[in-house]
Amino acid sequence: MTAAGEITKAAGESALLAPLDSDAIRADFPILGRAVRGGNPLIYLDSGATSQKPRQVLDAERDFYTMHNSAAHRGAHLLGEEATDAYEGARVRVADFIGADPGEIIFTKSATESLNLVAYAMSNAATAGPEAARFRVGPGDEVLVTEMEHHANLVPWQQLCQRTGATLRWFAVMPDGRLDLSNAGELINDRTKVVAVTHQSNVTGVIPPVAEIARLAHARGALVVADAAQSVPHRQVDVSEIGADFLAFSSHKMLGPSGIGVLWGRRELLAAMPPFVSGGSMIEVVRMEGSTFLPPPERFEAGVPPAAQAVGLAAACDYLDGLGMDRVAAHEEELTAHGLEAVTAIPGLRVLGPLTTEDRGGALSFVVDGIHPHDVGQVLDELGIAVRTGHHCAWPLHRALGAQASTRATFYLYNTHDEVDALADGIRKAQKFFGTA
Amino acid sequence: MQLESMYQEIILDHYRHPHHKGLRDPFDAEVHHVNPTCGDEVTLRVTLKDAAGEAAVADVSYESLGCSISQASTSMLTDMVIGKTVAEAMDINGEFLRLMQSRGETAPDEDVLGDAVAFEGVSKYPARIKCALLGWMAWKDATARALAEADAETADSAGPAETTGPAETTGQTDREHR
Repeated sequence: MTAAGEITKAAGESALLAPLDSDAIRADFPILGRAVRGGNPLIYLDSGATSQKPRQVLDAERDFYTMHNSAAHRGAHLLGEEATDAYEGARVRVADFIGADPGEIIFTKSATESLNLVAYAMSNAATAGPEAARFRVGPGDEVLVTEMEHHANLVPWQQLCQRTGATLRWFAVMPDGRLDLSNAGELINDRTKVVAVTHQSNVTGVIPPVAEIARLAHARGALVVADAAQSVPHRQVDVSEIGADFLAFSSHKMLGPSGIGVLWGRRELLAAMPPFVSGGSMIEVVRMEGSTFLPPPERFEAGVPPAAQAVGLAAACDYLDGLGMDRVAAHEEELTAHGLEAVTAIPGLRVLGPLTTEDRGGALSFVVDGIHPHDVGQVLDELGIAVRTGHHCAWPLHRALGAQASTRATFYLYNTHDEVDALADGIRKAQKFFGTA
Repeated sequence: MQLESMYQEIILDHYRHPHHKGLRDPFDAEVHHVNPTCGDEVTLRVTLKDAAGEAAVADVSYESLGCSISQASTSMLTDMVIGKTVAEAMDINGEFLRLMQSRGETAPDEDVLGDAVAFEGVSKYPARIKCALLGWMAWKDATARALAEADAETADSAGPAETTGPAETTGQTDREHR
């Protein structure tokens, strides 16, 4: 099975790309200038949980609230028009960022909600009209996921199976953190109705061959949902190349505000899909006996839209495109390669996931012999280094890799070589403190 | 370094050499508690006894996976409650909970808490409070179950005799402590 094409391409081109100017980028992020515990400068290695925000995004959101704030899609006044234009303009911007059509972009509250939207629409299909037939699942049908999913792309599918009587199946993870696709021909079969797979693991950084999985799934008539929360912020993603039918990601992991996420879906599928959240803004005609719904994307956006957040997200897209996603990806690949080299030189440390940057993003999770991840994280925090500890919302993956929990460093465009070195030094200090090395 | 205020020597000692660890029979109640944010878990059993008409803690045994703080805290808990009456042990539990919620603002009562005052430093780190409380909340839950079972048995003994072995009185829970 071949690797994800776009990454191989990015790696191949990286030698020709101008490196990012770290100092200039860091100057755009006010928070990176603050001191944390013990007066240490902040070394933020937790962008996989949420990214920091550049001034440009903060200013865009502030400008909206300061000058244009009102409820989009409502109000017979100038501000209402401006808010609507800003919100719909953001939709166009986000669509362009992932090579999509604006009518295929649905704003949600988060990537988690985007994934739930699809899962709930599939069970709501049971009581919707005949146009929704292809979303129906029931006893005898199968929902296929993987063992490496974030809980956000696992639990909604477990719940869908519970509501409908469908059977949940999954691809196993191999000891190196990659998907075991040896039984793909059996797992993807005529009973398979939907395949939900991550576009990049939030723990191991593994980039599964989503395009290949999608090809197999489509051959059997199954829908494909990709969790792109960890890919869209970090590399060029073009929905026409992935082959998925739905793609979910969130703003706050890609320099944008929290409180807004995105679901991209193929136009013809969205047109036939029943709503998840219902209420104002998504209706066509409401009578006491029942209601009809607007076409997408409005059908899936009940309530007053998050216009300020959308504006902030659009500014984040501008910022990222201004740097160039290929340069962002090359920068992170370089940091990941350096990080892998630095931490694997530490005795008693095991990296969860591949030891090379091939088909692998910038999430570096590891366990240190004799020191619980929480305790590693505590020592790093004391040094001003922010990492995540625990199972990172991927408990089954940790079980599969034989780890109760791990410490995770994640890299982004504002991180530097020196910060990666500080991480490695910090781990050695933790070993010294707890007397394990 | 501030680290020493959290990782007091006595905490590290309990972590490296935990007391009363391992699951023992017989027991009156068993619970399983997890910390869902990090996956730390403890399976904890309590055995009660009668001490001059009052319920007392005969034994606390446990198996656990977790960080130094949760391991040391559970170990210290066993030292502090075994041999006490349930009422005394609940007082200690309450005082420990108060200490952990103090954010380091109020001085711990050393008369009640003994060695557990060492956890004062931990209370300044909100992210670690759950670690310190994992074993204590499991003990409280298990003890409440053991007492409820004992009450139920007393009520039953007025009716037709039906003996219930400890294995059947085991309570199993999977839930986040507060």
